[in-house]
Amino acid sequence: MRHGKEKSVNRLYLLLVVFALFIAAPAFAGSMADREVLPNGMVLLHSERSALPIVRVVLAIKAGSITEPPEKAGLANLTADLLTEGTAKRSSQDISDAIEFVGGELTTSGGDDYITVTLSVLKKDVAMGFDLLSDIVLNSAFSDDEIQRKKALIKSTIIQQKDEPGVVAAKAFMKAVFGDHPYGRPTEGTEESVDKITRQDIIDFYKTYYAPNYAIMSVVGDLSKDELRTLLDKYFKGWAGRSVDEKPLPEIRPAEGPKVIKIDKDLTQANIILGHVGIKRENPDYYAVSVMNYILGGGGFASRLMDNIRDNKGLSYDVHSSFSASKLAGSFQAGLQTKNSTAGTAIGEVLKEMDRMRSGPVTDKELSDAKAYLTGSLPLRVDSNRKIAGFLINVEYYNLGLDFLDKYKGFIEAVTKDDVQRVAKEYLDTKNYVLVVVGNLRQMSLNY
Amino acid sequence: MLTLCLLLAMVISPLAADAAKVQEYLLDNGLKILIVEDHKAPTATFQIWYRVGSVDEKIGKTGLSHLLEHMMFKGTSKYGPKTFSQNIQRAGGMDNAFTTREYTAYFELLASDRMDLPIEMEADRMRNLILTPEAVLSERDVVMEERRMRYEDDPQNLVHEEVLAAAFKDHPYRWPVIGWMSDLKTLDPDNLIAHYRTYYAPNNAVAVVVGDVDPKKTVARVKETFGAIPRGPAIKESHPREDPQYGEKRIFVKKEAELPYILTVYKVPDIKDKDGFALDVLAGILSGGKSSRLYKSLVYEKQIALSAWASYEGLCRDPFLFYAGATAVRGKTIEEVEHALLEEIEKIKLSAPAEREVQKAKNQIEASFIMEQDSIYMQARTIGTFEMIGGWQLIDQYLDGIRKVTPEDVRRVAEKYLVAGGRTTGILVPVDKGKI
Repeated sequence: MRHGKEKSVNRLYLLLVVFALFIAAPAFAGSMADREVLPNGMVLLHSERSALPIVRVVLAIKAGSITEPPEKAGLANLTADLLTEGTAKRSSQDISDAIEFVGGELTTSGGDDYITVTLSVLKKDVAMGFDLLSDIVLNSAFSDDEIQRKKALIKSTIIQQKDEPGVVAAKAFMKAVFGDHPYGRPTEGTEESVDKITRQDIIDFYKTYYAPNYAIMSVVGDLSKDELRTLLDKYFKGWAGRSVDEKPLPEIRPAEGPKVIKIDKDLTQANIILGHVGIKRENPDYYAVSVMNYILGGGGFASRLMDNIRDNKGLSYDVHSSFSASKLAGSFQAGLQTKNSTAGTAIGEVLKEMDRMRSGPVTDKELSDAKAYLTGSLPLRVDSNRKIAGFLINVEYYNLGLDFLDKYKGFIEAVTKDDVQRVAKEYLDTKNYVLVVVGNLRQMSLNY
Repeated sequence: MLTLCLLLAMVISPLAADAAKVQEYLLDNGLKILIVEDHKAPTATFQIWYRVGSVDEKIGKTGLSHLLEHMMFKGTSKYGPKTFSQNIQRAGGMDNAFTTREYTAYFELLASDRMDLPIEMEADRMRNLILTPEAVLSERDVVMEERRMRYEDDPQNLVHEEVLAAAFKDHPYRWPVIGWMSDLKTLDPDNLIAHYRTYYAPNNAVAVVVGDVDPKKTVARVKETFGAIPRGPAIKESHPREDPQYGEKRIFVKKEAELPYILTVYKVPDIKDKDGFALDVLAGILSGGKSSRLYKSLVYEKQIALSAWASYEGLCRDPFLFYAGATAVRGKTIEEVEHALLEEIEKIKLSAPAEREVQKAKNQIEASFIMEQDSIYMQARTIGTFEMIGGWQLIDQYLDGIRKVTPEDVRRVAEKYLVAGGRTTGILVPVDKGKI
């Protein structure tokens, strides 16, 4: 039975997702997984959990869009997408039929820092699953026919995204904030850049970056260490490490003075994003920023933006703020949708709340509530195989350490009111920001 | 819309394997409690499901159930305004709610040693909500923004809404859960308050608990809190009928959009009918992944669609719909896409699918049962859904029914229900800006 989306209407679908990405975790006594670096350089993270007869594998390869040439934007994503579309011995249909026949999942996903391949199968099908997984990663064929199909589909998806105001706004925002840096371009590329990608580009990219020493594998579920070793020996033995020349990336130049981008579309609502460059994940202020943003707009109904703009003024259904902190850079953004005629008012309120964070201390209650949520919700972040498998990849990629769950609590507890105000002053900018507004511009009165 | 396809492509299904583990309790005031112990992690979910949704509304007053769901977070005299989510979050938890045609559910997820809080607070807001006209109208504005976001500014969703409004002429399935914009504009807060007083009572609700809990202690706690609420007047469950359809209906939505889109629906029985299982397997054969018929034909071979899917919507109290839909790629007409979509449907009426195809659809349903148990939230959601449409015990019958489906059953239900006379088709016609 499939649940169509028209059937239910959530009160707030974005509630607290802001934090789901990078913080996580808890209540594992000791280490939550075994870590080892295999002779070929791949980092293996294994957590045996046998309550259910299922196994989930996430293979992350540092072959995201940051490694592709700018004029070939979309190359990394296209390469990842083609993995499931045929190998030396299996056709695209062979692969999908094999995994779907057993009710499993074998999917790929592009990204800026890394791409992922995810396998999810019942325990009884785990050997078949590893066979498929290794085949698509090690022996992908990249036939001309499949490349043409996939390019056409990706281009259609890019066209369709123009009907999604939130996506239109987000793309314009990232471009304005990050400029020439790879984080400024969409991972799927543009219609024009996808057209320029050749089969040779794909093969060169694949040969360069799809190496075990650029990979992290997390395996979670009903699989013992011995069983895992046997599977890896059988299916991943031939995967040899190699060196890659890493190219320097362009510097990010933060915006100076408000930069306003208005995009006219026949919509009833203005889709608004206001923000700027944020922080990297490794920034020691990450935890103080987490607390500060929870109070500003990350904490759902406990946040100031939601209280002011939704609860008190009824201007918006979804209003939130987030710091997305990646390896090389990060962004801060506040986002909302409101009817065209109230766009100006809502933007003014966002700036007012940012300013309030900067100019005065948060209350004792705000601080203790934020800390209580951030630390108290740790058990929820890793209460399923799916969540643990994703969490382990993040822990490894960002060098957080397998004892991160224990450390995180201390990092959050240590944040003071002064810290919150200090990071608000340092990382929220009410003058040099990027503002993107997508909507019916004639119905708006904007002073921006 | 990618999200639509993803949602519909997932074979979300019940966990028959778990049905046997459900423990059922009934309080004197009529509140039913369903508990599943799951000690995989130190977390739990508490959910309270009310038997009220948009089918309980009237023409001109649509959207009340969903707006009331929003109002449930506004506060009681005991806890004060706006504190519900704040209290749950302070305990490290997450909360939310959703409204459907037939039920409204509220849920919390927390560390399992903190479950007293949601139980106490849910009991409190079942009867003690503060509902002032001003607060209702302010939240009504929020819902209008939600509606703009989900429908007015989302062309494919608009098609969906228009198709339902055309497919049903007398059953309340015809109006959207979120309500029509004109009804929201003219909403009378008194009607919302009456809606709350009528439907929010222990005898019209079911508590579902899944996670690392001790059932005895949980029941005792629910008794202490909800047990004090008196039973409300009995609510008659209505089963409106839909009069026959006398031929295909077609609607068009003209909006600024990039790609044409088609949604075609057929009237079908719900999952409590013996044909429901075969309809579900049929949907799997047409739409269960990249090896399924619609993807293979429209997306992969003919390359005329960006996405193509089908879905049997049978988890309802009354007979509802079988959906098929597709988004055209640029340069292809919606006529070509519709032709190819219908061709696949006609094909399966003429000859029964291969044994392997049927087995694949069954395996997908069975595997998803097991995988779903990775999430306590999904387990509780499935139990709640089945309970709302006819009883959680249906979960076992469901899996049993799926296993017995034969290739000929699939062909037969396609022939019986996927007929032009019972079809409603909606088409999104993209128009250039300013030319509408």
